[in-house]
Amino acid sequence: MSQINVTINGEHIQADEGMTILETAREAGIFIPTLCHHGHLDSYGSCRLCVVEIGEGERKKVVASCLYHIYEGLVVETETEKINNYRRIILNLLMHRWDNVPVILLEKYGAQNHERFVDNPTFCILCGLCVRYCRDVKGANVLGFVGRGTIRQVVIFPNQAAKYCPTCCPTEMECLHYCPTGVICSKYYGSRPADGQDVPHAHPVCINDDINVLDVLEHVGHV
Amino acid sequence: MMSKLTSVSALEALRKDILSRRDPEKTKLSVCSGTGCRAYDSDKVIDALKAGLLHHGLNEKIDVVTTGCHGFCELGPVMVIYPDGTSYFKIKPDDVDEIIETVDQGKVVDRLLYVDQGGNVQAKEDDIPFYKYQNRVVFGNNHFIDPENIEDYLALDGYHAMATCLNSLSPEEVLETVKKANLRGRGGGGFPAGQKWEATRNAPGDVKYVIVNADEGDPGAYMDRSILEGNPHSVLEGMLIGAYAIGAHKGFIYIRQEYPLAVEHLNRAILQMEELGLLGENILGTGFNFEISVHRGAGAFVSGESSALMSSIEGKVGEPRPKYIRTSISGVHGCPSDLNNVETWANVPIIFNRGVDWFTSIGTEGSKGTKIFSLVGKVNNTGLVEVPMGISLHDIIFKIGGGIRDGKKFKAVQTGGPSGGVIPEDMLDLPVDFDALTMVGSMMGSGGMIVMDEETCMVDVAKYFLEFLADESCGKCVPCREGITQMLHLLKMICSGEGQPEDLVLLEEVAAMTKECSLCALGQSAPNPVLSSLKYFRAEYEAHVNDKCCPAHVCKDLVTYHIDPAKCKGCGKCLKNCPVGAISGEKKEPHVIDLEKCTKCDTCFLVCPPKFRAVTKLSGNQTLPVSKPEET
Repeated sequence: MSQINVTINGEHIQADEGMTILETAREAGIFIPTLCHHGHLDSYGSCRLCVVEIGEGERKKVVASCLYHIYEGLVVETETEKINNYRRIILNLLMHRWDNVPVILLEKYGAQNHERFVDNPTFCILCGLCVRYCRDVKGANVLGFVGRGTIRQVVIFPNQAAKYCPTCCPTEMECLHYCPTGVICSKYYGSRPADGQDVPHAHPVCINDDINVLDVLEHVGHV
Repeated sequence: MMSKLTSVSALEALRKDILSRRDPEKTKLSVCSGTGCRAYDSDKVIDALKAGLLHHGLNEKIDVVTTGCHGFCELGPVMVIYPDGTSYFKIKPDDVDEIIETVDQGKVVDRLLYVDQGGNVQAKEDDIPFYKYQNRVVFGNNHFIDPENIEDYLALDGYHAMATCLNSLSPEEVLETVKKANLRGRGGGGFPAGQKWEATRNAPGDVKYVIVNADEGDPGAYMDRSILEGNPHSVLEGMLIGAYAIGAHKGFIYIRQEYPLAVEHLNRAILQMEELGLLGENILGTGFNFEISVHRGAGAFVSGESSALMSSIEGKVGEPRPKYIRTSISGVHGCPSDLNNVETWANVPIIFNRGVDWFTSIGTEGSKGTKIFSLVGKVNNTGLVEVPMGISLHDIIFKIGGGIRDGKKFKAVQTGGPSGGVIPEDMLDLPVDFDALTMVGSMMGSGGMIVMDEETCMVDVAKYFLEFLADESCGKCVPCREGITQMLHLLKMICSGEGQPEDLVLLEEVAAMTKECSLCALGQSAPNPVLSSLKYFRAEYEAHVNDKCCPAHVCKDLVTYHIDPAKCKGCGKCLKNCPVGAISGEKKEPHVIDLEKCTKCDTCFLVCPPKFRAVTKLSGNQTLPVSKPEET
């Protein structure tokens, strides 16, 4: 694979062809925030926190760095005033879904809970990491999205769960570890709770009304 | 059943044969049977006409052509009598006998003729202002074609352009022609079709696809439906020409399931093509192979977005994917795929039949040819209009559309569907042109054009469109999903009188982020209604926020109903009609509305006789005008 020359924040960087801006930047130690990205999974491009500006002058545009592939001579800025402002707004929006957005991000971009926005505290940011892990890595399709637009949510499909969960993730629910918000939680296995979150009281979003992943697993004799 | 045509000369021979069987001077009754006119029972009119002609023994002398949409849907069922061009509107089955008698005698039925707003009667279709100022290049043939009969299309030079391309032009030459014609995408983006074709042609890969985007989703827009219903072969011919230029041998047509008639006509057209050997292996003996499969969409607006549409064709959920690698490089199943809108495809045969020079003589520097708009809203003449690019919005609304209904004042026009923008009165001279519309914060879109009068609240309009988009966003990316949610929330607050001055700044902030950070064109254009209305009608937003006043008296929470005691004659109409008993008063004495009970249903306002106009809506700090009691 041939080497490509790119410029990120004025820094000259050589990287392999086929890499995304995000991969290139991270390899060079340049910070770009993400919530829906995971090295094990294909890029998805839903949280848009990773937006960066590319090009120069008139031709500057905003792209999602997790999806945009580098090319020879590409010029990238990861922390312009515009980009940081957009990240602040995105975090502001997310805070109305999830009240434990990592403090480090909130402080860095100056995001704050905006009283004029409506709260929609599902705690799930619909990053799709659990869905994609379950589907793409495990091939199980236990988790999936239903609904579209503002009522989109992650649900568990009980028949799939009964079929796959006991054998697919026999020792612990692996999707748990991919959830950045700690929403998929388990009082049995523990979880990766977001700081300060009383786990059993977190609203599990992987429910369809009252059907919880765990209830289903319990029902099928998995736990 | 016709036999397969194996050469171009066989096609031309068939055409000659069809034409020899037709007499251009023969009287033809062209009756619209598009979805719009069908809703007005045009089918019954057609049946009655056929039966009537038979009864009068005129069925050999007079033909009835069941056609697709003529455009003037508001006055349906519509009929045009050829060759003289007399047109009738709002025909009932009962009118049929009289029509047949008068046609035979060369007379007209006066009461079915068009009467304009000034009371002038126009007998001929070409003299009716609604049609006179149009240039119906793509749409005009609908009048002469029975969409279920391929012979009608062949009689109008159908498939001549395709035969010429396959037989005597190289794919490169076809491509060059479309590039020279500067045909831009009619689906909204305005991307040059030739460039798209070229990129797909040059993309690596043996398997390539061409796609017709017939997932028309803008509320109130039905241009594509009417083309597919009325003249499906024009789209199919364009598609074949494109496929030949690109080197594709398989095509998809993605059409909404909600368009049953269009699906039916399309499927029949494809069958007829196969019968004639215009589809399949070795088309017209030229060695070119092509097959088409029709995919029916399940009603998601976002599936009209090219990458979402392609996901849907693959059998996946119709969600957009990032297009940093264009679909012309990697589309359906990762193969280079060229997607164009119905209207774009329908323009292709015309370019070849009438020549690039002719095509480019219509339109502006950057936008060539014509564009079909669905002209709706508070305008006198609603329907589908095809206009040359470059015509001013003013001409469309006032010349073709006949101005605003009920003598009201024009306020704004929304172009480009839910993600377009509103354009105020002082910009009405703006030419219809891809770039000009984008420059002022709206867009051409697929061709929706909604006219609004002075009684429209612009905040309410922005709210309406965002409500639509909140439902139709796929919900994948944060800027679109959360951005629209919060913008809609802010607009609802403003409309209900709970808005704060800072909300306007916040709206602009979120809108800017949504516009630039969203994954697909839906999110990127979703803020347009908000941004453009804020830009041109900021004072109206400020009235809502600062004075809690809705100047157009639309936002219910900000409006109260009153009866002007000086005007009320106590006729009791409002009292009788009020559904909640909020109105009281003695006969012939001024009535009063109990604001505690009033649900603001608007009934009293509507039933108050126009000669009194005693019911008034007030908003903000408006007060009842002091009017002197009239002498009795």
